[in-house]
Amino acid sequence: MQTYKLSVNGQTREVTADPGTPLLWVLREDLKMTGTKYGCGISACGACTVHLAGVATRSCVVPVSLVGNRPIVTIEGVGEDRVGRAVQDAWVAEDVVQCGYCQSGQIMSAVALLKSRRQPSDEDIEESMGGNICRCGTYVRIRNAIKTAAQQLA
Amino acid sequence: MYSDMALRGWSALLILIACLACSSTLCPAQETSQKVASTNSAAGIAAWQQVYSVLTTPRCINCHTATNYPEQGDDRHRHLFNVVRGPGGKGVAGLNCATCHQSANADSTGVPGAYNWHLAPLSMEWQDTNDGILSSTAVCQSLTDHSKSGSLDGPGIVRHHEQEPLVLWAFQPGHRRDGTARSLPPLTHEQFVAATRTWVDAGMPCPQNP
Amino acid sequence: MSATTMLSSESGLSRRSFLRVSATAAGGLIVALYLDFPVRAQTPQAKTYPPDAFVHIQRDGKIVIQVNRLEFGQGVQTSLPMVLADEMDADWSHVVAELAPAADVYKDPVFGIQMVGGSGSIAHSFQQYRELGAKTRAMLVAAAAQQWKISAAQCRTEASVVYGPGGRSATYGELADSAAHMSVPENVPLKKASEFKLIGKDTRRLDSRPKCDGSMKFGLDLDLPGMKVAVVAHPPIFGGTPKSIDDKAARGIPGVIDVFEIPTSSKGTAVVVVADKFWTAKQARDRLSIDWDFSGVEPADTKQLRAKYKELAATPGNVAVTRGDLSVLNGTSAASRIEAEYEFPYLAHTPMEPLNTTIRFDGDRAEVWAGSQFQTVDQMAIAETLGLKPEQVTFHTEMAGGGFGRRATPDSHVQREAATIAKRCKGIPVKLIWTREDDVQGGYYRPMFAHRIEIGIGADGMPLAWRHVIVGQSLVAGTPFAAMLIKNGVDETAVEGAADNPYEIPNFTLTAHHPTPNVPVLWWRSVGHTHTAFVMETLVDELASRAGADPIAYRRKLLKPDEKRMRGVLDLMDEKSASWRNHLAEGHAAGVACHECFGTNVACAVDVSIENKRPKIHRVTVAMDCGIAVNPLTIESQFQAGVSFGVSQLMAKGAITFKSGHAEQNNFDGYTPPYIIDAPVAVDVHIVPSTEEPSGCGEPPVPVISPAVVNALFRLTRKRYRTLPLLSL
Repeated sequence: MQTYKLSVNGQTREVTADPGTPLLWVLREDLKMTGTKYGCGISACGACTVHLAGVATRSCVVPVSLVGNRPIVTIEGVGEDRVGRAVQDAWVAEDVVQCGYCQSGQIMSAVALLKSRRQPSDEDIEESMGGNICRCGTYVRIRNAIKTAAQQLA
Repeated sequence: MYSDMALRGWSALLILIACLACSSTLCPAQETSQKVASTNSAAGIAAWQQVYSVLTTPRCINCHTATNYPEQGDDRHRHLFNVVRGPGGKGVAGLNCATCHQSANADSTGVPGAYNWHLAPLSMEWQDTNDGILSSTAVCQSLTDHSKSGSLDGPGIVRHHEQEPLVLWAFQPGHRRDGTARSLPPLTHEQFVAATRTWVDAGMPCPQNP
Repeated sequence: MSATTMLSSESGLSRRSFLRVSATAAGGLIVALYLDFPVRAQTPQAKTYPPDAFVHIQRDGKIVIQVNRLEFGQGVQTSLPMVLADEMDADWSHVVAELAPAADVYKDPVFGIQMVGGSGSIAHSFQQYRELGAKTRAMLVAAAAQQWKISAAQCRTEASVVYGPGGRSATYGELADSAAHMSVPENVPLKKASEFKLIGKDTRRLDSRPKCDGSMKFGLDLDLPGMKVAVVAHPPIFGGTPKSIDDKAARGIPGVIDVFEIPTSSKGTAVVVVADKFWTAKQARDRLSIDWDFSGVEPADTKQLRAKYKELAATPGNVAVTRGDLSVLNGTSAASRIEAEYEFPYLAHTPMEPLNTTIRFDGDRAEVWAGSQFQTVDQMAIAETLGLKPEQVTFHTEMAGGGFGRRATPDSHVQREAATIAKRCKGIPVKLIWTREDDVQGGYYRPMFAHRIEIGIGADGMPLAWRHVIVGQSLVAGTPFAAMLIKNGVDETAVEGAADNPYEIPNFTLTAHHPTPNVPVLWWRSVGHTHTAFVMETLVDELASRAGADPIAYRRKLLKPDEKRMRGVLDLMDEKSASWRNHLAEGHAAGVACHECFGTNVACAVDVSIENKRPKIHRVTVAMDCGIAVNPLTIESQFQAGVSFGVSQLMAKGAITFKSGHAEQNNFDGYTPPYIIDAPVAVDVHIVPSTEEPSGCGEPPVPVISPAVVNALFRLTRKRYRTLPLLSL
């Protein structure tokens, strides 16, 4: 067991955990932040996506020991940011969600995309969102919402 | 009684004999350099084949693709989860290499990692677009083609093989999520660097027959 | 003030319809309605009324509506409240939805148990929620009328306000307390369709925002004081038992609390690890060294099963339907004959939220938190496991991250595991989590199926005779549902969509075999239609091709004359897709399919090309008829997303295969659902306007997409694809 000081959504949080514990489970169980989801544990689905130093990161495969002092932003904090807010608003406006379980990860990936490309093309959307699974299949509305958010941000 | 001309003739003959002698054991230095030249070439090629055997091991070649995707696993299948090369070989926003691969192996989750995990540029492709491994000649020529952007000279290649974190990673590639160790290249890192040096010192010869 | 009136003696109130009204200590009207449909329902006796029933109007005007079934993506937590709020003339912005706990009063009026499935949420509760809303409104009006000393007829309602003559008005919040004392009307008129304010209008989901900001809590997110986490090491072959367990290393991990054995639903034994956190429990389970005993347990093997099913399909099974005379098939020439064999693999549901249940057992009662599609069944199973009566088990319905049928299990196997664990950990809430690996390997799949069809084609190009054999496991044999669904040895869920197909085929016999390999099976979104629609719609397409006919025109001709609604959706699909179907890009082809599923008729056209050896679906135009469309925005979502879900069947890694008794796949790397690139890029949905009773939209989108896509592929490759998943093009 080791103690780590993590920067989470702008706050310093201290946790004591086994070094190999994935960041996902530290967030969910030690910090009680359950917005970041467990979908597969092998980085296949993206439900666990957070931002680590601005990079969309799959927290289910990153041991807490490798996080360091890189700032973490989770779904609970991404709305503080203009791009994050626009994406969440677009998701609601376009009525994207069904069961909603994958959507934290979808939104975090979409925010990363829009931060790097203000007007993403269909190809950009397919590539950047290409690793996020939505079992319900809300992909059509995800595409629409990303375009809506892009328009809002333009 | 000996004339100047006779003296010059005898001098010339002596010089000629001396030169001829040099090509025999009477002049060991010159003979060695010629023998060394042919010996070095053979040794150099042998060293190259050793280097090639490492470059084409999955741990290295999986990121030296000619396509817009990396490979993974000992069976070198296309990397899952739709990851793509991206403009700088680092993936795309939302799906960067760094989205999963950190600066060190994550054995608790089975994801390999090293500093600055990314794809080798297309100029360093060692496969064809059907994921077939290129021949020893082709890869050697690729490494020694100085018209390619980002190409390294001899010392540069030695340094790269000695110090580049992603190269070092290949020799400590970590464990999969089922606990098994990833397979290693056929040489140790030290042997790999030594073979590289030998090859470079030999003038980076490439095998003739593709 | 607290008053409870049981209105069973109210004049004319029948035994089968009653309303319980109470005013809470905090104030406000609580209305519970138990409604029994005379036509199809059983008459279960409602024994208790829970404190919170269907509608709770708070003094501040907030209206909390209980939804009598799980929300797991289909949108019911918005659409059923819409129905109630419309008849109630409630201000929609005041409405809050909650998922009702398990209780008799929340049973599905048709099926008699609390459940969600069969795309029946709206179909079965539309009338129920309308009546509830109308009766609540009537009581609010009565309260205002009494207060103003006028007649109810002089009042009108709008947006949570009762208006009276002379400018009088009172909000529902103000009237709630007195409304609680009004008598319950036996019959109230319902709105005419033209009076709907909410029903039929695009309405955004009530649960969107919390699902977008991380605040929505799913079952897996539950956190309780003192809670522990359990994971289970299941036998690698269903029914196996541990011969020996070395748990020293597991127990050595700090945070591990206990390691013990429990029975499994397959009559085997599993090993449980209870720990303080999930990661600890999982690490410990990985360190268990278990020597399994598989004696007497059959190891399923896909290769063997395929051979066996093929053999069986060549012989007649139990008759599902037969008409006419199949001897017509003898002596038909090859030119007028189609012989086809189809194969379908096991499919896993893999809802995004892994299965989980939290239970705390206190000896004389228990409390359960689960995202269950089958609350009544699960509650009974948990009670039985704990030695309690169902009413001693408080069962909270949690928001679920998908289900697709996986969360409706007749044997309640996950709940029984959780209850057994809770019993051992008495007093401590324990959250049982199935990892994704447990889920992919844990069984309860859509069964493997094989079909064999022989068709004799008449001179007019129409099918004259059709012999059809279906081979696949029965879903309900040995469960309480068997009596309802197995007739003449045929499980209806295995043949639906083929046995009752809408086509005019004069000589038709369909029989079925139900082998019993050692693999637990379960209904997978759209159940039998998952494979029967594929077979029917690809064969009809082939018949059309042979006849040199347009596939839509051919279907129009082949449909039975009374299939009006199917013709309606075909026409609408044709109309809405004709322009792009006639202007396909180079390398693209169109494919069509139509199918009725649980009362809803669907027709679709797809625009497909081949990219990287896979079908790329550029566009889907889908037309559907679900009767009254309660929330068109949700219906559109169901069809846009449902066809994307349906693509699962085509995915190259969309199969569970068995070797040495267990699944060869264990996570999304080996069993892969559609990602965004695999799903259709654009889907336009068109609803046939209708005033018919509503039918569902949860499953109907799924069956049509795979046959439509392979019908398009045929036009590109001239190949017929009869084995799923599509491995290579």
